[in-house]
Amino acid sequence: MTAALHAKTPAPGGALAVETVGMTMRFGGFTALDDVSIRIAPGTLHALLGENGAGKSTLVKCMMGFYHASSGQLMVAGREAPVADPRQAHALGLGMVYQHFTLVPSLTAAENLVISREDAPRVIDWRRETAALEEFMARMPFRVPLGQPVSALAAGEKQKLEILKQLYLGRRFLILDEPTSVLTPDEADEVLGHVKALCSAGEITVLMITHKFREVTAFADDVSVLRRGRLVGQGRVADLSHARMAAMMMGEATLPAPAARHGTPGEVVLAVEGAVAPDRSGLKEISVDDLKVRAGEIVGIAGISGNGQMEFMEMLTGQRALISGGMQVNGTPYHATRGEQRRLAIRTLPEEPLRNACAPRMSVAENIAFRSFDAKGAGGKGAPSSFWLNRRQMRKRGEALVAGFKVRTTSVDAPIAALSGGNVQRAVLARELSGDVDLLIISNPCFGLDFAAVSEIRTRIMAARNAGTAVLLMSEDLDEILELSDRVLVMSEGRIVYEVPAAEADIPTLGSHMGGHHMGGHA
Amino acid sequence: MSTDIGAWAVPVAILGGAIRVSTPFLFVSLGEVLTERSGRINLGLEGTLVFGAMSGYAVAYLSGSAWLGVLAAALAGTLFGLLHGLICSLPKVNDIAVGISLMLLGTGLAFFFGTAFVQPVAPHLPSIPLGWWSDIPQLQAALRVNVLFLIGIVLALLLAWMLKTTRVGLILRVVGDSTDAARAMGLRPNLIRIAATATGGAFAGVGGAYLSLFYPGSWSEGISSGQGLMAVALVIFARWDPIKAFWAALLFGGAGALGPALQSVGIAKGYYLYYAAPYVLTLGVLIATSSPNRATTGAPGELSITK
Ligand SMILES: Nc1ncnc2c1ncn2[C@@H]1O[C@H](COP(=O)(O)OP(=O)(O)OP(=O)(O)O)[C@@H](O)[C@H]1O
Ligand SMILES: [Mg+2]
Repeated sequence: MTAALHAKTPAPGGALAVETVGMTMRFGGFTALDDVSIRIAPGTLHALLGENGAGKSTLVKCMMGFYHASSGQLMVAGREAPVADPRQAHALGLGMVYQHFTLVPSLTAAENLVISREDAPRVIDWRRETAALEEFMARMPFRVPLGQPVSALAAGEKQKLEILKQLYLGRRFLILDEPTSVLTPDEADEVLGHVKALCSAGEITVLMITHKFREVTAFADDVSVLRRGRLVGQGRVADLSHARMAAMMMGEATLPAPAARHGTPGEVVLAVEGAVAPDRSGLKEISVDDLKVRAGEIVGIAGISGNGQMEFMEMLTGQRALISGGMQVNGTPYHATRGEQRRLAIRTLPEEPLRNACAPRMSVAENIAFRSFDAKGAGGKGAPSSFWLNRRQMRKRGEALVAGFKVRTTSVDAPIAALSGGNVQRAVLARELSGDVDLLIISNPCFGLDFAAVSEIRTRIMAARNAGTAVLLMSEDLDEILELSDRVLVMSEGRIVYEVPAAEADIPTLGSHMGGHHMGGHA
Repeated sequence: MSTDIGAWAVPVAILGGAIRVSTPFLFVSLGEVLTERSGRINLGLEGTLVFGAMSGYAVAYLSGSAWLGVLAAALAGTLFGLLHGLICSLPKVNDIAVGISLMLLGTGLAFFFGTAFVQPVAPHLPSIPLGWWSDIPQLQAALRVNVLFLIGIVLALLLAWMLKTTRVGLILRVVGDSTDAARAMGLRPNLIRIAATATGGAFAGVGGAYLSLFYPGSWSEGISSGQGLMAVALVIFARWDPIKAFWAALLFGGAGALGPALQSVGIAKGYYLYYAAPYVLTLGVLIATSSPNRATTGAPGELSITK
C-alpha cells in the first residue's frame, strides 16, 4: 500500500537525459521556435530563461507532444523518441506542470491525483486510495486539502497540487513552467529545495521555466536562454552572473529606472466597512472590518494564498455578493457595477486574468476594448455611451496599447487565449492602466512577467500613485508589496490581522502574521 | 370489486401514477446525465424517445417478444446518439443545433415508418405485483411495478457509483469539465463524448420502448408529450446527479399523474388544468433553483450552456 510514487518509479535508470535537436515550431507564418537544440543532463535542474513570448512554453509543449513541432526531434536517454501525444511522453517518463492550470476544476484534489495515474484502477477503493494519498502527502514538503474540489482552491494551492501530482506520478523528467510564480518566496524555496534534492539524488531531471534569477542561481545547475524563438545563450549557472543572464535575455534593450515615490496621500477613495461574504468553501466567512485607501497611496495586502485574498478581490470586483456591510468610493456606496466603475474611474486586475478578466476566444483588440467599447472616444470618465461599435477605433486603440505595453501577439485579431501567459497579463494591464484611473485594485500584477516587464509594470503603478490614484495591491510576493506600498496590511484566515506603515515593516513580523495557523502546517 | 379508502385514493393513485409516468423520464434523464457529464448536450433525445417507441413496438410485434423490442429500441437509440456524437465532433458544430435537428429527424422517421404499426397489438412488458401484502385493490394496482422502473433504479445507482468510484466515471467527468486537462492527460475527449452520447441515446431509446410497450402501451404519433425535452430540464434540476435525477423523475411523474388521479376520484371540474402540472413544475423548479450569484453548481465546465 506504499503510495504510487514507489510503484510507478521504474526500477532502472532514475533520472533521464533529454535533448531537443533542431526544434522548430511555426504557427501559420509566425515562427515561435527556431532551430532550438538543448541537452539536459540526467539528474540536473536546468533553467530555461527568456522574456515573455520568447517561445519557452512552446518548446516544452513540443517536447511533451502537446504541439507537433514543424521540424526537429526529441531524444530521450540518448535514443530518438517520437512523441505524437502527451500519453507517449508520459510513457517515456516525461511529465509537465503547465503554465495554465490543467487540473480538473470540479474534481477533488484526491480524484485529480488518482485519475491522472496511468494505472488508475478500474474500480477505485477510496478508503485505500485516501490512506495512500495521506501517506504520500505526509512525505511531501507541502500539502493541499485532498477533499475539496479544485475550483475552490486558490492559485497557490493549485500550483502546489500540480507539482505534487507529478511527484505522485513518479516522473523521471519533469518540466515546470513557472512553478513558483504563485508561491511565496519561502514556499518557493521549500518546493524547489525538494525538487533539487530529488535531482541530486539522481531520481529526476528537471527543466524549469522561470523569470526569477534568484531561483536560477540558488537551485539550477545549467541555464539556456531563448529570445524570439532562438537559443541565444547557454552555460553553467556557476559561471554566469545575473547581469550576464539578463543581457542574454534582453539583447540590447535596457531596463527603465525604478520610479520615485512623491506626493502625500489625499482624501479617502475606497472605504470598506464591515464587509462580510462567504468564502469559497461556503463554510467560513471573509470579513473586512475597516479598510481605507486614500488618493495617492498604495495599500498592500500581504498574505499566503488561500487566506481570503481571492474572495476579497471577488467582493471588490462584484463577483461575490456581500452578506453584510458595504463599500464606499468617494463617500458614495459602491456595488462594483460596470456603470459605477466607469463613472468613478475604477479599474481592477483579478488573479488568473485569462479566466477572470478576459473572454478567451475573443480577439486581443476586443478584450482590450472591454472598458470602452460602448462609450464614445476612449471611454474615459463621463464619456457618453454609444450605441454602435466603432470597430476601426477599437482596432486602432488595441494596436496602440499592444505596442505601448509591448504585448507580443501575431495580430490584435488573434484570440487572447493564444497569447503566452505573460502577454495575457500585459494585455489586461494595458486595458486597466490606460486612461484616468482614480482607484486601482490589483491582484498579483506581475504574475508570470519577465523581469523587464515587472519593473515596467511596477513603474506604471507607482506613476499612477504619484498622479493621485488610490491603489489597493494584493500580492503574494512580499518583495513587491514592500517595494510599492505606503502601508502594508496582512490578511490571514479571511481577516486583516495586521497593519503597518511600509517604512516600519519588517519581514519576520509580517511573516509571523501571514503564517497564522499555517506555520504549523509546514514541515 | 373496490374498497372505499376515501381521501387516500388520491395519494395512492398518484404514487402508482408517479411510478408509471416517471419511468421514461428516468431513462431519458439518466441518458442525458451521462451525455452532459461528458460535456455535450443532446437535445435530440425527444426524437430518440419517439423513434425508440416506434422501433421497440414494431420489433416486439414482429418477433412476439417485448424484450426484443426493448433491445431494438436501445440499438436505435445508440445509432441516434452515435450520429449526434459524430456530427458534434466536427469542428465548429454546435451541439444544441444538431440536437434540435436530430429531434425533428427522429420524430419524422418514427412517424414515417410507424404508420404500419398503429393498428397491430404488440406484447407488453411484464410487471411485478409488489402490493401482494395488502388487500386494498387500489394499493395493489399502484404497486404493480413495471420491470423497467426497477431496472432504472438499478441503473441510477450504478451510474452514481460509476461516476464516483470507477476510472471510466472519473474520465467522463474529466472530459466533461475540462478538455484541456483531458488532453494533457492524454485522453481523446471526442471519442469519450461520442461513446457517452451513444450510451445516453440507448437509454432514451429504452425510455421510448417503455411508452409503447407498457404505458400507455401502444404506438401512436402522439405517444410522447415532450418527456424527452422535459428530461433535459430535469437534468439541470437534478444537478447532473443520477440519484437526484431519479427523485426528480419521480416528482415529475407524480405531477403528471395528478390529473388522472383527481379524475379517478371523480373531480371532473378543471382537471385539465392539472394535466399542465408537469410543465408548470418544470418552469417553477428551474426558477426556484436558479441563483443570480453562482453559476449552476455541479454543471460540467465544457457544456456549451455553461461556457
Ligand atoms: N497556439 C498558438 N497559436 C498562435 N500563436 C501562438 C500559439 N501559442 C503560442 N503562440 C505564440 O508563440 C509565441 C511564444 O509563446 P510562448 O507561450 O511559448 O511564450 P513564453 O516564452 O512561454 O512566454 P511567457 O513568459 O509569457 O509565458 C508568442 O508570441 C505566442 O503568441
Ligand atoms: Mg509561457
